[in-house]
Amino acid sequence: MERDNILEVKDLKTYFKIREGIVKAVDGVSFELKHGESLGFVGESGCGKTTTALSIIKLLSENGYIESGKILFGGEDLAPLSENEMLSKRWNDISMIFQGSMNALNPVMKVGDQIIEAIRLHEPVDAKEARERVERLFKLVNIDTGLVDSYPHEFSGGMRQRAIIAMALACNPSLIIGDEPTTALDVMVQAQIIDLINDLRQKLNMSMIIITHDLSIISEVCDRVAVMYAGKIVEIGTVEEVIFNYKHPYTEKLIKAFPNIFGEREMVASIPGVPPNLLDPPKGCLFAARCHKKIGDICDRIQPELKEIGAEGHMVACHLWEAN
Amino acid sequence: MSEKNNIVEIKDLKVDFQIRQGFVKEVIKREKKIVKAVDRVNLSIGKGEIVSLVGESGSGKTTTGRAILQLAPKTSGEILFDGKPIEAKSGAYMKAFRARAQMIFQDPYQSLNPRFTVTDIVAEPLLFDGTTYSEEEREARVIEALEFAGLKPGKDFLNRYPHELSGGQRQRVSIATCFVMSPDFIVADEPVSMLDASVRADILKLFVEMKTQKNTSLMFITHDLSLAWLISDRIAIMYLGKIVEIGSADLIAGKCMHPYSQALTSVVTVVGDRNKRKRIVLEGETPSPIDIPSGCRFHTRCPLVQERCRVESPELREISEGHFVACHFPERIE
Repeated sequence: MERDNILEVKDLKTYFKIREGIVKAVDGVSFELKHGESLGFVGESGCGKTTTALSIIKLLSENGYIESGKILFGGEDLAPLSENEMLSKRWNDISMIFQGSMNALNPVMKVGDQIIEAIRLHEPVDAKEARERVERLFKLVNIDTGLVDSYPHEFSGGMRQRAIIAMALACNPSLIIGDEPTTALDVMVQAQIIDLINDLRQKLNMSMIIITHDLSIISEVCDRVAVMYAGKIVEIGTVEEVIFNYKHPYTEKLIKAFPNIFGEREMVASIPGVPPNLLDPPKGCLFAARCHKKIGDICDRIQPELKEIGAEGHMVACHLWEAN
Repeated sequence: MSEKNNIVEIKDLKVDFQIRQGFVKEVIKREKKIVKAVDRVNLSIGKGEIVSLVGESGSGKTTTGRAILQLAPKTSGEILFDGKPIEAKSGAYMKAFRARAQMIFQDPYQSLNPRFTVTDIVAEPLLFDGTTYSEEEREARVIEALEFAGLKPGKDFLNRYPHELSGGQRQRVSIATCFVMSPDFIVADEPVSMLDASVRADILKLFVEMKTQKNTSLMFITHDLSLAWLISDRIAIMYLGKIVEIGSADLIAGKCMHPYSQALTSVVTVVGDRNKRKRIVLEGETPSPIDIPSGCRFHTRCPLVQERCRVESPELREISEGHFVACHFPERIE
């Protein structure tokens, strides 16, 4: 493992057992995250981005399991760890902001107490010290410290999201995973949270993984981006490279599905078809059936591998570029 | 008098909701808490025009749309449909009105009856339009509507249930249900906000097609300014129950004058924009519509606030043709 990497995921396969068979939700995902770096995962619903994140902190639902692969966090493989061993990792080392968790705060418990509870569960500090830490955290995420003893219903949506971020930071984790951290927020509140995330990244040199379906958020808060499709990474690289010099036809389609209000007004295009059934994925490239740049028979027969092309760290899984 | 070319005209529309506070406060103390969801809104929508209402939660955009369709009771004001006031008390009028004005809801997972097949859902409005259809005619109409909505071949979808369809397909069924009546006017409340970006475009195109093919007017209610900009002729920006600015889509996107609209357009996130724009991020959140600030209701968050704004509420005035702004000191923030 390289020294400046905080996380290395190698050939991760996470499957779900259901009545009809085995769903290959994440199928051979590899990536690295450097200290202080922010990596975004983007793709349509059901492409495996949340499952990738849940595999890292090992909070898969009961029928889900890591089939194979390595999750090297600070040199230690998390994949074989037991639930008990993971307990000491979560919050202390890796914390997660779940999708919609701002609505999952306990309504009959003061917000401050909920964060204090989380701190004291993971660290041997007394109540007073924990409370002081909550006040510091509130300051950090710009909530009035007088609100430590308020209940969630007294908070607005934006403040609840800030509280959730404060909670994620409570035990000084070295990696934070945000699953759709700005979805379902009002436009202006979303802008405030984006600013907060960027501000915290600078202050704390935070390493982050951001999961979102909204490619436009990625450009605001990430250094690198991984585009996922049907359980695989199809393209990964710096945000600049992937967005302005995209190579995979799926990335291209995804980018073109977003309007640019500061550019020319032209109708955006949809991606025809639906993602493949992961119970019984096709043999060749998983995107072949929807691809507008299919080069022939090879796309249906052989699955392309993620390979580095040109610019540093820019990788793509497509036969179109393998040939060159 | 109303203009002939408008399908909908609303004048001084007010919608208040009373908050229930419990028996004691209401009956004994006679305290009333009123939410002014929509506060004196004027708006017209032309035949074959797409107008977007854009705003954050609590801005009154949905309530405005619902009030037009008589799904929320108006407190005062006038709503003209096709030049005449809506006769909400006349059953016969309302029946005809419902056939001409339709609504599409945000959540395709909740707005379709799970026990109905696609045929049942799409053909249901035909039961009430006063004509009797033979089985074949009915099926032909349903297939036509489904294929218009992009569910091809329509025959394959006739006997499916909503749970067998994806979110995008469900929203297409909603649109087919709407299309089967050939309405003159549609209110679409966040019709694509629950859908993946990859299918949003096709759904939006359907509205544009309805407009070009059938001259259908659309009120598009959304929080997403870029989507509004994409398909609208005009955009109205709402804040706390009032329209603060209205004008052509390009004008609102590029040259809006109200400080709130400027802030809202400046924070729109886009893919692949190299130009570093100046973002105007407002502090705090929209105040509660129970306690609307005095004067200009935006003054508590306005970066350009002056003394006059705190006391006097600005009216919408036309500052260039078709461009209305409700601000005492409209100027571009550089």
